[in-house]
Amino acid sequence: MAEKVGVYVCHCGSNIAGKVDVEDVAKWAGENVKDVAVSRDYKFMCSSLGQKLVEDDIKEHGLTRVVVAACSPHLHEKTFRRACSNAGLNPYLMEMTNIREHCSWVHKDRAAATEKARALVSASIERVKFQEPLEPMFVDVNRATLVIGGGIAGLQATLELADAGYPVYLVERQPSIGGHMAQFDKTFPTLDCSACILTPKMSEVGQHENVTLLTYAELEEVSGSVGSFKVKIRQKARHVVFDDCTGCGICVEKCPRKVLDTEFEAGMGNRKAIYMPFPQAVPRVPVIDTESCIWFERQKCRACEKLCPTNAIDFDQQDELIDIEVGNIIMATGWEPFDTRKIPQYGYGRLANVYTSLEFERLCNAAGPTNGKIVLRDGKTEPKSVAIVHCVGSRDERHNPYCSGVCCMAALKLGHLVVEKTDAEVYSFYIDMRTNQKNYEEFYQRLLGEGMRFVRGKVAEVTDAARKPSEQGKLIVQCEDTLVGRQQRYPVDMVILMGAIEPQRDAREMGLKCGISCSMDGWYTERHPKLDPVATMTDGIFVAGTCQGPKDIPASVAQGAAAAARVSGMITKGKVMIEPIVAKIDEEGCSGCRICNNMCPYNAIEYDAEAQVSRVITALCKGCGTCVSACPAGVISGAHFSDRQIFAQIQGALWDAWQPQDAASQDAETVPVSAP
Amino acid sequence: MSEAAATKGKLAIYWAASCGGCEISLLGIDTKILDVAEAFDVVFCPCIADGKVRDVEKMQDGEIDVCLFNGGIRTSEQEYMARLMRKKSKVLIAFGSCASEGCIPGLGNLHNRETIFEDSYQETASTDNPQRVRPQSVTEVDEGKLHLPVFYDTLKTLDQTVPVDYYLPGCPPESPRIWEAIEAIVAGKLPPPGAVIGEHTTVCDTCPRTRDEKKIKAFKRTWEVLPDEETCLLEQGLVCCGPATRAGCGALCPAVNSPCIGCYGPNQGVEDYGARLMSALASVIDSEDPEEIDQIIEQGIPDPVGTFYRFSLAASHLRRSKREVAAGNGPSAAAADVR
Repeated sequence: MAEKVGVYVCHCGSNIAGKVDVEDVAKWAGENVKDVAVSRDYKFMCSSLGQKLVEDDIKEHGLTRVVVAACSPHLHEKTFRRACSNAGLNPYLMEMTNIREHCSWVHKDRAAATEKARALVSASIERVKFQEPLEPMFVDVNRATLVIGGGIAGLQATLELADAGYPVYLVERQPSIGGHMAQFDKTFPTLDCSACILTPKMSEVGQHENVTLLTYAELEEVSGSVGSFKVKIRQKARHVVFDDCTGCGICVEKCPRKVLDTEFEAGMGNRKAIYMPFPQAVPRVPVIDTESCIWFERQKCRACEKLCPTNAIDFDQQDELIDIEVGNIIMATGWEPFDTRKIPQYGYGRLANVYTSLEFERLCNAAGPTNGKIVLRDGKTEPKSVAIVHCVGSRDERHNPYCSGVCCMAALKLGHLVVEKTDAEVYSFYIDMRTNQKNYEEFYQRLLGEGMRFVRGKVAEVTDAARKPSEQGKLIVQCEDTLVGRQQRYPVDMVILMGAIEPQRDAREMGLKCGISCSMDGWYTERHPKLDPVATMTDGIFVAGTCQGPKDIPASVAQGAAAAARVSGMITKGKVMIEPIVAKIDEEGCSGCRICNNMCPYNAIEYDAEAQVSRVITALCKGCGTCVSACPAGVISGAHFSDRQIFAQIQGALWDAWQPQDAASQDAETVPVSAP
Repeated sequence: MSEAAATKGKLAIYWAASCGGCEISLLGIDTKILDVAEAFDVVFCPCIADGKVRDVEKMQDGEIDVCLFNGGIRTSEQEYMARLMRKKSKVLIAFGSCASEGCIPGLGNLHNRETIFEDSYQETASTDNPQRVRPQSVTEVDEGKLHLPVFYDTLKTLDQTVPVDYYLPGCPPESPRIWEAIEAIVAGKLPPPGAVIGEHTTVCDTCPRTRDEKKIKAFKRTWEVLPDEETCLLEQGLVCCGPATRAGCGALCPAVNSPCIGCYGPNQGVEDYGARLMSALASVIDSEDPEEIDQIIEQGIPDPVGTFYRFSLAASHLRRSKREVAAGNGPSAAAADVR
């Protein structure tokens, strides 16, 4: 029986209609494509009236298939599937054609775009005829959640969920939770002490009955899918037995090996080979840095072991793999600072008194290496003038085109701290001052009144080559003051570089483990940039904080809470629908060649050695199709993506060129041969 | 067979672009050929018995019950015969790899008439042809015009030329499978029209070697290794086509320590044998480094078409190497390209 296809072409206001003649496409499909029973165009198909159009036609005309030519299925596939469902048509008998992102938005020539829209619609019509009704499947949602990253976003998400009564595993790569916020002195614009507002949250997480804290641990592997993820965590060897340690700190005190602390102290201070990153660390259990420990270097010392009152030191401890099962995962993996050495003309690493913003944070932190005294690298001289350089590695096509968002405010904060703690003159070199959150502009106005000098221009160079006596022994900041329109040289004692916020180096790799993707810049891609900023394209994986893009503390906290709310909702619902778009192996046809066995990124294929066949574990399958294309025997079929559907789609797209290879088509050179 | 003998059917066996191996294999059913003779009158089989095309032309349409047609369509004469046999036969069976998927002659689709003639009538070492004489389809002589079949640019499979009812895979089809097919025909137990008469699984299913997960660092050619006799040949780096090839041969090649070369064609439902096999082998290359992967493929598989499309090029989605077509993007230009 021939199918009855309904075709709906959306104007999307002028989004599509501006570049595609949608009326023509609808008319053409109705008149020229086989099996099309109804073909309409409509202003906004996603509106309730548009949906109703589909529902009514299904009922009235007995449509057996529906094609909606509109935007990306990411946006509205669910909408139209629901409409079909409402009218009693299996939702998987609907196909969306993306004539917006794939057509109107990317083409300039109206005639050509219309031609392409026809081809895309034709492809969908041919495909949809071969689509099969599918029934959604439901799985239980595990109540436990994994939060990756113990910065402020991760902490907030953890607490929200734990307080709601759900178990949370919090995994942090560093020996302590706290993240970058723990390194800061003050927070803008309120000038709260960063540690004072952060540490209560840290200790709450550390003591929460619903939180399993795994610090000095990393994500190793994720399998499964929404509702029931299986996760492997690598607990790195601390060389301190977690349960035996009381956190007394004798080991740290007695350790004879002092090393530069490039992590928490950003290279401004020292730590021991056995250390806790900072006094308020959670948990209060130190780790041994095996790269600097004397025992690991030359098998001597063991002072910590001898002096530990509870015998908690274990030099033979090995990394441990921990298996956990969770229903959802929140990625809150944070950011790392731009390497300011990449801009050599700013002199970082070459000119002693050029600092990164993170170094300066430690310098003015009361718990930092100088107890909060702002001094030059010599450790004693207070600077008489300080230059703060904005946009170092941000808004710069050679490095990061994006605005890091928070540096203007951070620069104002640091400038204020200099003014507050020293008599130094402060220059702020900015391109545009961006202070667009609550109370931020007021903070800027306040600083304008504090005597800070603002120079609008991009710094060309920081040099120690003096041109006149007044520049001797100074760092000279060369910059065009664009408001005056003149090149200027500003001799100062200290320069602070406001480095860009960059994604973690291994963000892409971590994303791959969870099956989420990154933007070109390396930030995790949210499901929708405006309407779904914490979910990702992978169900059950959420993002929070700066791993999704640069943001300040309030935004990170809000996103952490939002992600937790989403997870809470999933847990409360208890069950989650999973797409029935999965692979299936025809066991009769499977010869057990085992080519598919290590292909599956979700570990959803198992081999039955006795029956000598491979099987797909449906609950784990995400329908990605890797095994379908790998199967040399063609006995693995991917629901909703069968060969027949795809070939029909190709043929439909080539409607004007395709001629069926029936026996009638002959070589032009054919010459009839008479019988001998 | 006694019942069948009562209503004796008519059988024709014809060959086009093929080597004759299919007929040998047919005779390989041994004394069962007598049973065939009991069930059928062999009305036309130029390979083993004298017969004239005009006798076939005189037959009623559909008079022949079953025609086993082996070989692809390379010349106008073969095309004529394919059409004739189609018209005169109730059931037309593409018999063997050449008729089904083009087989070795189909590799000629990497070339065209000109380059094939250049090679055959000029370039080969034993050819002495200073006048550059080429076969002509029409030659004027004093007595009139002489005709030779036109040699086409492209070899086509039988079903690219005329509608085909069934397919019997193999190069050649193994004798026991031929006998099974004949039995099915006689008993009227044929699958639905258009089907391949054969297994629905692959050679691995009948191969006794032990198989494990596959991770291949280097593909090896048969002369480079003496393979272990117990483990999967593919795991040993030999490009064994068994995983992609329809069962039916009984894994004859792996049984003698030689990798399957794919003569039984694609498994049930597979559209493009070579693409399937390539996709599968690409999946088991044990490297993430694009350069290393390139190297593994270049060193181990010097002849990709000959490896992956040895038997199936003419029937594949590729069909042939690209031909020059008239400029323009209209439907006619594209259609010409498809051919």
